[in-house]
Amino acid sequence: MAQLIVLLVCVTIILAGLLRRVAVFDEFVEGAKSGALVGLRLFPYILAMLMAVNLIGASGLLETLVARFGGWVELVGIPREIAPLALLRPLTGSGSLALTGEILRVHGPDSFLGLLASTVQGSTDTTLYVVTVYFGAVGIKRIRHTLFTGLLADLAGLVAAIIVCRLLFGAG
Amino acid sequence: MMNAVWAFLMLAAILYALATGGEAELLTRTLLQSGEAAIALTLGLTGVIAFWSGLARIAERAGLVTGLGTMLRPLFVLLFPSLRGHSHVLTAVTLNVCATFLGLGNAATPLGLRAMTLLQEINPDKERASDAMCTLLALNTTGLALFPATVVGLRLAAGSAYPTAVVDSAILAGLAATVVGLACDRLLRRRWRN
Repeated sequence: MAQLIVLLVCVTIILAGLLRRVAVFDEFVEGAKSGALVGLRLFPYILAMLMAVNLIGASGLLETLVARFGGWVELVGIPREIAPLALLRPLTGSGSLALTGEILRVHGPDSFLGLLASTVQGSTDTTLYVVTVYFGAVGIKRIRHTLFTGLLADLAGLVAAIIVCRLLFGAG
Repeated sequence: MMNAVWAFLMLAAILYALATGGEAELLTRTLLQSGEAAIALTLGLTGVIAFWSGLARIAERAGLVTGLGTMLRPLFVLLFPSLRGHSHVLTAVTLNVCATFLGLGNAATPLGLRAMTLLQEINPDKERASDAMCTLLALNTTGLALFPATVVGLRLAAGSAYPTAVVDSAILAGLAATVVGLACDRLLRRRWRN
């Protein structure tokens, strides 16, 4: 199903482009150029966060924390390996990206944990970053319930990701 | 904020390892090897982001973003009751959300900031977020997207046999987050005035 979505979207967009007399090749290249810059500019951020994430793994700190609190988070249905990601996701996009990469490396991208981590990473944006940038740009100081709302939505996304992944990809 | 988070993570790991008798050599190697791993991750996700940005650019040029905006207009009229009579502001808000949904990374944030600027012009208290701003933030902190290019690239780099397997699960989870975010905004915007 998911594989089909990408191909269908691809066909739809190219057909729509031809219909509207868009220079599809030229525009694709133009878009890919700006997209490549977005990706490459992420490198220093990914490096910085990957250093931190890998260090926490290598130091044994993550293991200790997961062993200590793992039972509690599993009590509410969150796999213990996913708990650190759920905590990091609203705070830092590059950090959670690095951690997702690490989970994919350790458990495999197509394992249940790998699929769940990918879903958690891909289903929401970085709440803290968005709130900071959007309000910072226009000088809003009293942000009311927006941060709370963003974090609650992240929590809902996490719960939904666990349920959806269990349904789509089997238990785990 | 990020400075504090990063410093805390780095120092906590190193000090914990030193205090529990961890191998200094292992930590040093981990630090140095992070560069190689970061390059692999970056290349993987850059390829997929570029692919999707290329498609999204064709979509934008073909008028699909404005088309989607026109289609979803009635929904946005309902979501932003305070923008009645501010048609051009509502258009900016709609375009921002549609660009985010289609994954126009480079265009979505400028569109969002433009929407915020227009919202600020009609905001009576320049330091306090207006109702419409809060709703726009609820939509953007979730950032519902049709195709999670970054994570698909990450999966590709990790050697996944099904890199796009999470496209539908991410959309479903994202939809749940969006609905809860909008409901929470609706419930709280009367009560949380400051």
